[in-house]
Amino acid sequence: MADPRPSTQPSQRKTTIWNDPTFRSIAFQVIAIVAVGWFFYFIFDNMMTNRAKSGISTGFDFLFSTSGFGILMTLIDYDETYTYGDTFIVGLLNTFLVSGLGIVTATVLGFVLGVARLSHNWLIAKVATVYVETLRNVPLLLQILFWYKLLGDSLPAPRQSLEFLSQSVFLNTRGLYMPKPVQESGFPVVAVVFIVALIGAVLLARWAHKRQDATGQQFPVVGTFLGLVIGAPLAAFFLMGMPMSLDYPGLKGFNFQGGMRVIPELTALWWALSLYTAAFIAEIVRAGILAVSHGQTEAAHALGLRNGPTLKLIVIPQAMRVIIPPLTSQYLNLAKNSSLATAIGYPDLVGVFMGTTLNQSGQAVEIVAMTMAVYLFMSLSMSAFMNWFNAKMSLVER
Amino acid sequence: MNTFQPLPDLPPPVASTGLVGWMRSNLFSSPLNILMSLTVFYVIYSTVFPFLDWAIVSANFVGDDKSACTDGGACWAFVGNRLPIFIYGTYPAAEYWRLDISFLLLILSFGPQFFEAFPYKKALGIFSLTGFPVIGFVLISGGSFGLEYVPTDRWGGLALTLTIAYVGIVAALPIGVALALGRRSEMPVIRAFCIAFIELWRGVPLISVLFMSSVMLPLFLPEGMNFDKLLRALIGITMFQSAYMAEVVRGGLQAIPRGQYEAAKAMGMGYWKSMGLIILPQALKLVIPGIVNTFIALFKDTTLVLIIGLFDILAIVESAITDPVWGAVATEGHLFVAFCFWLFCFSMSRYSQKLERKLHTGHKR
Repeated sequence: MADPRPSTQPSQRKTTIWNDPTFRSIAFQVIAIVAVGWFFYFIFDNMMTNRAKSGISTGFDFLFSTSGFGILMTLIDYDETYTYGDTFIVGLLNTFLVSGLGIVTATVLGFVLGVARLSHNWLIAKVATVYVETLRNVPLLLQILFWYKLLGDSLPAPRQSLEFLSQSVFLNTRGLYMPKPVQESGFPVVAVVFIVALIGAVLLARWAHKRQDATGQQFPVVGTFLGLVIGAPLAAFFLMGMPMSLDYPGLKGFNFQGGMRVIPELTALWWALSLYTAAFIAEIVRAGILAVSHGQTEAAHALGLRNGPTLKLIVIPQAMRVIIPPLTSQYLNLAKNSSLATAIGYPDLVGVFMGTTLNQSGQAVEIVAMTMAVYLFMSLSMSAFMNWFNAKMSLVER
Repeated sequence: MNTFQPLPDLPPPVASTGLVGWMRSNLFSSPLNILMSLTVFYVIYSTVFPFLDWAIVSANFVGDDKSACTDGGACWAFVGNRLPIFIYGTYPAAEYWRLDISFLLLILSFGPQFFEAFPYKKALGIFSLTGFPVIGFVLISGGSFGLEYVPTDRWGGLALTLTIAYVGIVAALPIGVALALGRRSEMPVIRAFCIAFIELWRGVPLISVLFMSSVMLPLFLPEGMNFDKLLRALIGITMFQSAYMAEVVRGGLQAIPRGQYEAAKAMGMGYWKSMGLIILPQALKLVIPGIVNTFIALFKDTTLVLIIGLFDILAIVESAITDPVWGAVATEGHLFVAFCFWLFCFSMSRYSQKLERKLHTGHKR
């Protein structure tokens, strides 16, 4: 039976070119490219005109000219005669320092609080809940200013410093002064021994893991690991005749000389970042532990595992799979939030480089681009790690 | 004949009921728990009671300068005395009523959303996203309808904080939805642009975005064309938050099963129709808690405008605590700001948790 309807071959169908999806998609994309291209040309053109008018040269040559300003805290040698490029390094290292310190303390505190929120002890669970709900609902900038002000108001002047450990540690408004370890000849040997011991311990742990997978025999990994990593350098230290001395701080005139100084800006920032991020980490940890269903614990008990091994082998590995991706993004947030240092004058990358260096050199575009590139690099490498981790974990799944 | 007559049940042991039983099972169930409970009790005793003493018992609540604060506790008189400045900033006092009406409209257009039974939620929601910003701008800025013009550098305090948060929220949502759609588009160029935009803003700290908008935006514009400082900050905040919003919305779009997309196509719907009528209503409903969480983050982030020299509530309090008329009142000022933010953020997060529970049931399979 013939089809009464007229046959319509796609090639014969007459559509306006505007209704053709392929054409439309290409047209939209061309429009988008032109619009974005014009936008960038527009701002680039304006920028060049504006800079030519104000007499600012373009390019990164300014990085090699002398900075002419001092910085409150530097981890490398630096003074006014160094270059703008050095201020970048100083700021970057200070950002890394406070982020690293913050990540360690926030992780420890966050895990403790996360477990505490699930505690059977009513009081502890409530205290942890109140902590989390208070800290994460108050802006971080306010918390940083609060601790900084509190620290500044409650500490004594240098002459009335608080003293600890028979006059070797001092605390006053200018910071915390501690003895500074000074290495003497022979100390590099200790460092080398430490690195060798660390590599050896890691290899040993791998071997033990493989052997357990193959044969089921267990090896006391933790004890051996700690013994190697701590014991070996300690032995080398004493064998070399203790090649280290301490440089004690002392009050000279109105201020302390020598030793190691932790500025109050660092303390306040570190403290605030840790407390704030810990509240978020606690929630992540709690969610991770709750995500492991109770059946897993019961199954482990049914297999004859006791509480310790159940936690170590069944619950924690599964919880960590849920915890680690959001945890890494919290670490990234902490690193980005450390830029609030500007508000209290801690010399981090944004404060030093995007603040003082920018104001002095006027190279706004280059400096903002460099600073943003640093943070972008951090965040992109962190998401690369997260993708790698997720891929690895999903392989383990089944 | 003896029938079996069971004795009445014995009452449960005294130690397992009532307060004693509750304490035994929740506070003192094992030696470790006893130790922990006692430690926490001690810590609470030694910190909370001195704090309450400072904040309430020996605090002063009324006064005009530091001579009123004599009891050694908190000087809440400072907060009470400066409250108008904290709320209205340096806005002309004769025009406070304009801000009051805006506050009232804000409450009236958002308050009913929390009540299930209120019938006109949708209309009110549309009003709060379209009509209210216009009315609010005309009211606060003035310059028309016989209202005196108030330049933006007179805006400040809690009013400015709420303005920034509100504009950020209203502007970031549509841009975020557009970016999320673009990121899932089948056109490679559009997708690449959207990914680049989102990852760029998400990868950098907000403070560098604000710096950029205050330092670099004037460089990018032709001579003579310049934006207001507040507007520049708003542009920066909106760009930043819309990237985060885009990722939240993308999560919702990904959660919608393929069948929905295919069904919409099978019905003969084009792209915009299927998105507008089928996909987005479901996706946005799914991610409402995520959107509220983004709002909370945005609200807290508004404090960063302090660094580029705008006087939001935190900046106003920061400058007020250095006033020699009042002694050392930094802690009181900070606690007041903290309480304001806590109140807004905590109620928003409770609302989102409630929504999450409510929406969860419908999507479980």
